[in-house]
Amino acid sequence: MTTPASPPPPSRRWSLNSRATRGVLYQLLALALLGLGLWYLAHNTQANMQARGIQSGFDFLGASAGFDIGETLIRYDPSQSYGKAIWVGVLNTVKVALAGIVFTTLLGVALGVGRFSRNALVRGLCYGYVELFRNVPLLLQLLMWYLVFIELLPASNEAMSLAGLVFLSKGGLSVPWPTAGVGAVIAGLAVGAVAGVLWRRRVQRRFEATGQDGDRLWVPLALLLVCAVLGWVVAGMPREWSVPEQLPFMVDGGLSLTPEFLALLIGLTTYTAAFVAEVVRGGIQSVSRGQDEAASALGLNPRQKMKLVVLPQAMRVIIPPLTNQYLNLTKNSSLAVVVGYPDVVSIANTTINQSGRAVECIAIIMLVYLSTSLTTSLLMNWYNRRMAIKER
Amino acid sequence: MGTQFQPIAPRPSPVRQSGPLVWARRNLFADWRSSLFTLIIGAVLVWALPRLWQWVIAGAVFQPDPNACQAARGVGACWGVIAEKYRVILFGRYPYDEQWRPLVATLLMVATVVVSCMRVFWTRWLALIWVASLAGFFVLMGGGVPGLSKVRTELWGGLPLTLMLAVLSLFLAFPLAVLVALGRRARLPAIRTISVLYVELVRGVPLISVLFMASFMFPLFVPQGVTVDVLVRVVAGLTLFIAAYMAETVRGGLQAVPKGQFEAADSLGLGYWQAQRLIVLPQALSMVVPSIMNTFISLFKDTSLVTIVSLYELTGALALALNSDVQWRPFKLEAYFFITLIYFSGCFAMSRYSLWVEKQLAASKAR
Repeated sequence: MTTPASPPPPSRRWSLNSRATRGVLYQLLALALLGLGLWYLAHNTQANMQARGIQSGFDFLGASAGFDIGETLIRYDPSQSYGKAIWVGVLNTVKVALAGIVFTTLLGVALGVGRFSRNALVRGLCYGYVELFRNVPLLLQLLMWYLVFIELLPASNEAMSLAGLVFLSKGGLSVPWPTAGVGAVIAGLAVGAVAGVLWRRRVQRRFEATGQDGDRLWVPLALLLVCAVLGWVVAGMPREWSVPEQLPFMVDGGLSLTPEFLALLIGLTTYTAAFVAEVVRGGIQSVSRGQDEAASALGLNPRQKMKLVVLPQAMRVIIPPLTNQYLNLTKNSSLAVVVGYPDVVSIANTTINQSGRAVECIAIIMLVYLSTSLTTSLLMNWYNRRMAIKER
Repeated sequence: MGTQFQPIAPRPSPVRQSGPLVWARRNLFADWRSSLFTLIIGAVLVWALPRLWQWVIAGAVFQPDPNACQAARGVGACWGVIAEKYRVILFGRYPYDEQWRPLVATLLMVATVVVSCMRVFWTRWLALIWVASLAGFFVLMGGGVPGLSKVRTELWGGLPLTLMLAVLSLFLAFPLAVLVALGRRARLPAIRTISVLYVELVRGVPLISVLFMASFMFPLFVPQGVTVDVLVRVVAGLTLFIAAYMAETVRGGLQAVPKGQFEAADSLGLGYWQAQRLIVLPQALSMVVPSIMNTFISLFKDTSLVTIVSLYELTGALALALNSDVQWRPFKLEAYFFITLIYFSGCFAMSRYSLWVEKQLAASKAR
């Protein structure tokens, strides 16, 4: 770690005036200072923990948690361990982050493209939205959405309903949901997606080799549909739907989403979408006019121009900051704690308050987010290398 | 007499190229899709605007009278809640009789920020103004000098706290960010590794975990018997957090300085620090002023997170003002709109300003 980039020339090996020697000295000094600082902090921490009788180590993860969690993706009950509780939190974080990324992309791209609309009202609305949402703290927006859910919506004994199928109330949103076979259909969709990508790749290869273009849209879509139906057939063709219904005191049945989850999801989506809109706008603007004109000169029609010339270049500019926004959304989902959604941070917070293992819990939080960020940046670097302009 | 004079048919008058009607035809009714959008959005606006007017102005209650507010529920907003609670929202738990002090301190801070945005004041004296203003701020808020009673930092809150957290963290983070940015581009591998690790670690975790660290773990870091004020801990956390982001911004500026500048500095015989100080940093930093402004905007918004570790800045003070007051709690939304307006005007003004600086920089580069 401390070896200099290039070995010092022999004639001045140990002279203090040599750049290389001084470089080694500076680095040793920096490392020593850093080591000393860390040692000092660790030493103090240990002394303090001993003095206050705080135990350390990760053995507490096996102990029974004793608190209940409002919503879980996997089976959990309070007698299970802290480790399980934190895992439930991680899954909840993943759930809200994935849903947020999907909706943010849709909304953000629509807003970003809307800034170029020929219609002045659309342009103005998109501009107003972006400025309004990105200039107000996310925390405040989350608090407001949550307030809307828990105070302004009707109570769950008189929920707003849409055709008797969808119910919205203080208790959250309930929608009809199939009782079985969802997993199989999703698996089918995944298989279909892979098949579709493979098909498109084949078409592209043939196009590059022979110049004959094939279908790139309908065949993949058909593959997706067929595979989803196959998944449904494999699952035994279940036809039961659980439809929510209004009971005297609550809405029961169907898929219900809690107000906490909805407030967090809506808040994260609307906030991040403003930033995504700016990213998209910047990307499209970055493609110079000459490219567009050159494409016209080649005789491409507007759709081809967009697909073959403008978008590929805009995507190269858009993707890196877009990924950054996805990461921001994931990190911002940690604000769940203010609306009471049980994500990994709020469960770790509860764990700290109960077990007193602050150091370990904060380490776990950081590890969860760091691993997400680092994985994403590795993927991004790989993508950037692939997308980099191949120069002569 | 020969043929009679036959004027050729007059040309049609030119189509108007400007004016509201032409603008409307181009921008609202260019084709059927555009017209459809115009009609839909127009219909929504016609439906919504009168209702909005009714709720915000016509039906609203402006007096701090909870009964009138209760009566107007669903019809109009209750701005009375702001008239009733603005002191707590703006100044938190600061002693009521002394609240002229946070007011003056806030005005001082805002005035200093405004002054530093003006070109006339971009001189060496600005640093002095800042030192004086920050000193004035702390003396006013903390007291402890003759004439001003001492006010403990736990009682600080509201807008002055928000401003103080944002401004102080930015100032403290700046030198650190420059050092880390230089470190990331250094020739020495150990220094580079340390800088990269710091930046990537901090940028990989959410601010809230850094704040948790400041509030739960920091007390364990200091020697026994020493207690560190929670405000100091939070400022330290914010500083370390924002410095990593700013370091990346500064690094972008450093990368944009042409290689020739470094070589020219070398050939003049300048040492590393001389070259950085006299040649590289002035160019790099002036290029990143707009990005630093944007960092400041996000820092200003991020200060709202300190509510989670129980500091009563603007957002926290609002909760303080309303959560325990049964009479006024139903009108929390209106109070939220009030602080939304404060945050929005601050951030929006700064983002406009940052655009202006960007334009100035572009003009200075143009030949």
